[in-house]
Amino acid sequence: MILHTKFEEIIEISEEDILHFEQGLPGFEDEKQFVLLPMEGTPFSTLQSVSTKELAFFTTNPFLFFTDYDFELVESVQKQLKIKEESDVLVQVILTIQEPLEKSTGNLQAPVVLNVKENLAKQVILTDNKYRTRHELLETSIVGQEG
Amino acid sequence: MLVLTRKLQEAIKIGEDIELTVLSIDGDQVKLGISAPKYIEIHRKEVFLSIQQENNQAASISLNTFQALKKIKNT
Repeated sequence: MILHTKFEEIIEISEEDILHFEQGLPGFEDEKQFVLLPMEGTPFSTLQSVSTKELAFFTTNPFLFFTDYDFELVESVQKQLKIKEESDVLVQVILTIQEPLEKSTGNLQAPVVLNVKENLAKQVILTDNKYRTRHELLETSIVGQEG
Repeated sequence: MLVLTRKLQEAIKIGEDIELTVLSIDGDQVKLGISAPKYIEIHRKEVFLSIQQENNQAASISLNTFQALKKIKNT
């Protein structure tokens, strides 16, 4: 099928690329379908809404930037996402882009957890107080590597 | 909004499965015990609001930002 995206205009996706967020995302409860589009050559992806062209988030693999990031997925979420094995799971965090770019932050308190086998996903709100909505991406990781 | 007055250790039931108990009162702090089925998500409201707010801000990104990010090489 044809998908209109915020940044790359029109792309072709297939039904199996669509991630289902049963409850939407906080603030976007009606948005239940997204696709995760890797930005080639970068550690980033865009999480593009299927129904709303103008809605997209930047995400990244948090473990690249926050090497000691770690959380436990509560049983209810494992069930909701039909997670059977750890290898079914992919984690992304939503980025809030700031100027300058290296001040951008990742939302470690509410990671997006995906079951890649079932195409189910959810932005999970962690209940321990270890993480906040804004963690600066490590300066050394992304500065000075342009080109 | 339904308003109920409760004393220490008293509880209210919401539906079949949810029970809220007033565990302690200390000045303006009230400690509530909540028992609910595991599939019910319970969050402090301000945490939920801050996630909403952060998502809203994260969604306001421009094409320029996209192009700037694309220039960053894989780490």
